[in-house]
Amino acid sequence: MTATLAAPPAHREAAPVARRGRRFKHAGAWLWLAPALILFAVFKFVPMARAISMSFKEVRPYLGDRWVGLDNYRAVLGDDAFRAAAGHTVVLAVGETVGSIVVGLALALLLEGTARHLWIVRTAVFLPTVTAMAVVAALWRIIYYPAPDGALNSVLGWLGLGPGQYLDSPHTSLWSVMAVGIWRGAPYDMMIFIAGLAGVDRTLYEAAAADGAGPLRRLWHVAFPAMRPVFAIVVTLAAIRGLRVFTEIFLLTNGGPNGSTEVVMTLVYKLGLERNELGVAAAGSMLLLAATILLTLLVQLLRRRS
Amino acid sequence: MRQLDTALGLGAVRGPIGRIIKFALYALAVFIFAGPLIALLVSAFGRVTDPTKLSLLPHDLTLDNFQAAVDQGVLRYLANSLIVVGGGLLLQIAVSVSAAYALARKQFPGVRLVMLLILSTMMLPEEILAIPLSLVLADVPIIHINLVGTLAGMIVPVGAWAFAILVMTEFMRDVPIELEEAARLDGAGDLRIFWSVILPVCRPALGVLGIFGFTMIWDQYILPLLVAQDASQFTLALALRSLRADEQVGTGVLIASALLALLPSVVVFLALQRQFMRGLTSGAIKG
Repeated sequence: MTATLAAPPAHREAAPVARRGRRFKHAGAWLWLAPALILFAVFKFVPMARAISMSFKEVRPYLGDRWVGLDNYRAVLGDDAFRAAAGHTVVLAVGETVGSIVVGLALALLLEGTARHLWIVRTAVFLPTVTAMAVVAALWRIIYYPAPDGALNSVLGWLGLGPGQYLDSPHTSLWSVMAVGIWRGAPYDMMIFIAGLAGVDRTLYEAAAADGAGPLRRLWHVAFPAMRPVFAIVVTLAAIRGLRVFTEIFLLTNGGPNGSTEVVMTLVYKLGLERNELGVAAAGSMLLLAATILLTLLVQLLRRRS
Repeated sequence: MRQLDTALGLGAVRGPIGRIIKFALYALAVFIFAGPLIALLVSAFGRVTDPTKLSLLPHDLTLDNFQAAVDQGVLRYLANSLIVVGGGLLLQIAVSVSAAYALARKQFPGVRLVMLLILSTMMLPEEILAIPLSLVLADVPIIHINLVGTLAGMIVPVGAWAFAILVMTEFMRDVPIELEEAARLDGAGDLRIFWSVILPVCRPALGVLGIFGFTMIWDQYILPLLVAQDASQFTLALALRSLRADEQVGTGVLIASALLALLPSVVVFLALQRQFMRGLTSGAIKG
């Protein structure tokens, strides 16, 4: 800089060098980013672009794709099976979200604290969340075995409750899948709630106690309001988890019995990879993606306003 | 003032009845959430002839289930799983750490846009991309390689994970600039600074990446499902389904294999539990 001030003629020479130097520095940054950018482009953005474009086309291998406008979307939305699957997806997403939050919150309140035995119980309760879905599904298929001496039926037998058919009956299959989702989701919510509870100002508890508030009122008027952002996060995460549900259905029931647990993603999978109707499958995926994005934005909006 | 440590003040519950109820509730929670997994562990070492049974108490101890599982090629599936998780994790960490270094420590035009693009993929569930992804895997753009039917097809795509980049970037932003400047004065270049200044400071975040990446890749189902063409590429997770479908296989084989698929994730979780909790709350809070 001093050189350019002292000798203005040199300015013209120095500037390109400096700019080239800066550009080189930027090239360095892009080099560090390159592996990530390539992988994201190939495995996220290209598939995304393909999905969007396929959703407006009739995909015909070797013949070339044909532009069909909104026909795929019309086909999907007019399809009874898709509407039923969308209904199941919403029921499952809402049920698992609410169930996981209620159970997770109960667990968090029960297991909050720094005592060592609480830490051990929390660790044990958290294990379903780190267990691979494939293992969870294999395990619950055994637990749900519909014979009277199946594992769950035996336990319920001790309590005098009759044997159930669980995954094998169209009347109970969706609820049985939901219970597995809550079993795996609630401990996750519990941990986030516990982190939220740990952030509540302890002096507020004392102030509430000094005003004569019991534990329940303290919970309602002090802990819950302080945890509002945590609730928003948990709801968003759980709802997205619920909408995209695929693996547990695929492994527990594969949509059966009698279509009673078919969800959007299992239907899309069948349309795309088994019946080869790629355009219609892509349109179904896009609708689900739109629902996911809308839901995320809605929760964000509600959170801002409150 | 001990009762005010928690929202409900359960720690202050005295009296025999209160304590009995409290511990009964703990036991119930453990029974419901950990009980099935304990039953899996115990049953894997028991004689399971009846396809309906799981037991919480060990009896008739045997290794026959594992022997039968090995006879069915479970070791091959386990090896595949370990290759995929090892390769995927290495790639994921290398890619994320490198990208985070640029995003956190460099100023260049477009840095915000890149961050936004990467973060936007967090709203993009892999399930939704499954079908176009399978087309991409069969014919990777530009280089035209077919990854279907190879373990590489299960490894390479997991390198792109926005969560890992986000965690690492946030952590690297907090590394004091003075450390980097001091090293630069000593004549160290980018690579040297990255390797011997930034990375050592980021060890806690690497732990978070390790445990989350492991759990995420070990849990992968759709990607292996799209990529595997025959049993020789099956991961343990995929194999569990075909073991189940086989009429000749007793439940014992399935239980032993499921236990093999369960143990690594539980061991890694218990070993890196602290990092896991930190990542869980930070990742969740930041979306």
